[in-house]
Amino acid sequence: MSRCTERIFNGLVKENPTFVLMLGMCPTLAVTTSAINGIGMGLSTTAVLIMSNMLISMLRKIIPDSVRMPAFIVVVASFVTIVDFLLEGFAPDLYSSLGLYIPLIVVNCIILGRAESYASKNPVLPSVFDGVGMGLGFTIGLTSIGIVRELIGAGQIFGFQVMPDSYEPLTIFILAPGAFFVLACLVALQNKVKNNLARKGKKVPAAGCEEGCSSCASRGICGGHPTPPAEDENKSEKEEA
Amino acid sequence: MQELLLIAVGSAFVNNVVLSQFLGICPFLGVSKNVKTAAGMGGAVVFVITISSFVTGLIYKYILGNPNIMGGELAYLNTIVFILVIAALVQFVEMFLKKAMPPLYSALGVYLPLITTNCAVLGVALTNVQEGYGLLEGVVNGFATAAGFLVSIVLMAGIREKIEHNDITESFQGTPIVLVTAGLMAIAFFGFSGLI
Repeated sequence: MSRCTERIFNGLVKENPTFVLMLGMCPTLAVTTSAINGIGMGLSTTAVLIMSNMLISMLRKIIPDSVRMPAFIVVVASFVTIVDFLLEGFAPDLYSSLGLYIPLIVVNCIILGRAESYASKNPVLPSVFDGVGMGLGFTIGLTSIGIVRELIGAGQIFGFQVMPDSYEPLTIFILAPGAFFVLACLVALQNKVKNNLARKGKKVPAAGCEEGCSSCASRGICGGHPTPPAEDENKSEKEEA
Repeated sequence: MQELLLIAVGSAFVNNVVLSQFLGICPFLGVSKNVKTAAGMGGAVVFVITISSFVTGLIYKYILGNPNIMGGELAYLNTIVFILVIAALVQFVEMFLKKAMPPLYSALGVYLPLITTNCAVLGVALTNVQEGYGLLEGVVNGFATAAGFLVSIVLMAGIREKIEHNDITESFQGTPIVLVTAGLMAIAFFGFSGLI
């Protein structure tokens, strides 16, 4: 079981998809207008991630290498469709506030990235726990960003008024620009921690694609990434062509 | 005609795909280092989204949403079918351009593989269905959305080229300053919201 707990720890802390790997930025920015939306999106993604990791890990010896990407996409898209309908049926409020971003879980790089780099190479049980860890890490990321934005932008947390009445909410934080500002501060904070660690000569935890997309297993699917320089990507793509 | 114009202005500026819908953030942050590559990426996105909204529109109209085939019940397959069609389409466009239009391929080819999972492409296809757009409206919406992407990524690249020479706090160098810039651009784009 130690391998499984290690996977969960890995997803929650060491390779947290939101704070460390910076994957899946579109939903991170789009649905975190409130904490409850963050949780809803995070748990939906977790459900898809666990199921797809499980199925892909089961099928890993059957799927031929050359068509693995389309196969993964079909698996993920099927589970996304199921989650989409479950939410529409059982949580209509959440469904309407998440809207378009539920079907767009299909193109979330975390899911295809885990399928490619973990589930397609490992046995079922660790893959499931990998999905649990990564999914919960993503959920925590989204929820905490949601809490910050909701607190500053509306003076509430999970819909409960926490700020005194005299507090004038900065509405911009629950609008589009606020998402960019909050994420900017978050990344800056992360940079600061990293710089401090580097100065003390400690080993800096490597971010997802820090070495550039050329070395990344999910390069073909993540579609370019904030951290690596654009030139690297282009070079590797040229080499491929 | 007026309706089409409203759709176009609405998706290009008022609901800008990057700055208010948050679709295609990855290429927006990753490929906006200089204006030339940004324009290349934007051009490729315009190309792919316009074609893909036409193709997915056709598929929805004549197969998935067709009341004569299983009473239009097949619409639940939208997500699966669209993503596969888009992935195949991008491959096909790449092969076609390589063979038929080498100059265009050398300008856009590098960016095409990166677009497959640009969420804006799938996002536009799904929006077209959700909004109940017909074929023409869908294509106009796709083109305008992509044009909005092109405008914002080129603007961003222009600003980033200038930022390079500025003295920025250590922690804010790199991605954070780009995100702050994007936030300011998003505020500026709020100015368009009165248009419609």
